[in-house]
Amino acid sequence: MNPVRLTGRVGIGLARMTGRVAIFAARGLSRVTAHPSELARQMLHIGWLSLPVVGLTALFTGAALALQIHSGGERFQASDVVPAIVAIGMARELGPVLGGLMVAARVASAIAAELGTMRVTEQIDALETLSTDPMGWLVAPRLWAAILCLPLLVGVGDIIGIMGGWLIGVNALGFNSSTYLSNSWAYLEQWDVVSGIIKGAFFGFVVAMSGCWFGMTAGNGAAGVGRATTNAVVAASVGILAANFLLTGLFF
Amino acid sequence: MIEVRGLSKSFGAKQVLDGLDLSLTKGESLVVIGGSGTGKSVLLRCILGLETPDRGEILWNGRPLSEQRAAFMDGFGMLFQNAALFDSLPIWRNVAFRLLRKTGKAQARAIALEKLARVGLGPEVADLFPAELSGGMRKRAGLARAIAADPKVIFFDEPTTGLDPIRAAAINALIRSIVDETGASAITITHDMTSVRSIGDRVALLDRGRVRWQGDVSQMDHAQDEYLQDFIAGHARPNHSHPEA
Ligand SMILES: Nc1ncnc2c1ncn2[C@@H]1O[C@H](COP(=O)(O)OP(=O)(O)O)[C@@H](O)[C@H]1O
Ligand SMILES: [Mg+2]
Repeated sequence: MNPVRLTGRVGIGLARMTGRVAIFAARGLSRVTAHPSELARQMLHIGWLSLPVVGLTALFTGAALALQIHSGGERFQASDVVPAIVAIGMARELGPVLGGLMVAARVASAIAAELGTMRVTEQIDALETLSTDPMGWLVAPRLWAAILCLPLLVGVGDIIGIMGGWLIGVNALGFNSSTYLSNSWAYLEQWDVVSGIIKGAFFGFVVAMSGCWFGMTAGNGAAGVGRATTNAVVAASVGILAANFLLTGLFF
Repeated sequence: MIEVRGLSKSFGAKQVLDGLDLSLTKGESLVVIGGSGTGKSVLLRCILGLETPDRGEILWNGRPLSEQRAAFMDGFGMLFQNAALFDSLPIWRNVAFRLLRKTGKAQARAIALEKLARVGLGPEVADLFPAELSGGMRKRAGLARAIAADPKVIFFDEPTTGLDPIRAAAINALIRSIVDETGASAITITHDMTSVRSIGDRVALLDRGRVRWQGDVSQMDHAQDEYLQDFIAGHARPNHSHPEA
């Protein structure tokens, strides 16, 4: 096929796809108040039950970060920057990105598998015959639960990550406990924390949107659900990293 | 009350429905038969707007159904081929799904238990989840959900497939009595001739995307159509060939 035509066809396909995804997102987001009890249930699943995995990720990351910065800082006699860099690194970058990626693995896959199974077993069609809009009943609660919960998870992750650095700093690197903590806060600006939390909201949207889109459009049978799940996790992970780059460029 | 005119639907190169005409009058029980993969489920999905037809019209009380879909669905119930119960909800909430948005929890549960009893399921299944039920029980729970809000139009997609003959006979009798008692109009899809005889007033045979033969169930046995007679008798012809109607 001639390259101009191929480019044109790919371009049109991409534009059409983007349009469909955007309409899907807008429809999902606009049905926010339809089913408050479902929203609460999804917040439990997406937010509360992600706490252990996000917390552990932050703890180990903060601890490793403290070790790395300590050994790197020693090269130019600056190992006392550990608390400040751990705090800034966690709040601005690692808290939101790693938290988002862990939630992507846990939640995007679960949403895609659940909705995909509902699609192929006609449960979504059944909803329509029961006068219930699947966008309001299934998609909106998941999107909003993720958008609302991810910032909270990021906030918790920041604190636990700083604690991880503190544990290592005090127990292995010879820092004084209260000096470590006061240095953590001293160089941390409000915007460092707020920007990370805003990132979290966007990542929540990316995660839930990936799960919902691939789940709702799953193909036939078990293989279709499997593909939807894989695609959702891949799209959510890449989407988070891309969104992180764009938002970081925008914020700083 | 429901009228399908010139309905066509293809998936890729595969023409599934090809200018199909069919009507359902008020209070009638129509049975649609046809080989596997002839588009019986696709026909129901097109009527319900779950699938967009390529061509053709679907009218409800003389006006396009798509323009009054919400009103239609309010008085509608459907038993899906594999029941399509919601996995995440207990049986009683499945049955009461529509009721729960209008009435209180206690009353909705009471009605759900009553409908479950109607399909031969005791109160002990009310708090189980769909995955804990056998296929036949799920089908009956699906039936209870379909009739929970006393619909005026009901679709049954292969209500007896996968059931033993005794359960199948019970479901057939149940569907017939529901249609008789409530005066609902019903379309049932099946390839079980016992179901045709016990449920249907009228029968339509689908073939190559159209209605090949239709008439009263009582006339079915004397019809001249070869394929219909093969279907009734369960005959196979070499390479499944049969002449165009
Ligand atoms: N969503 C779809 N995409 C592609 N093909 C489909 C789809 N739905 C149905 N078909 C095809 O249409 C034909 C009729 O399907 P169906 O109506 O389910 O058959 P049945 O008469 O057994 O209920 C089948 O060959 C099936 O493969
Ligand atoms: Mg079918």
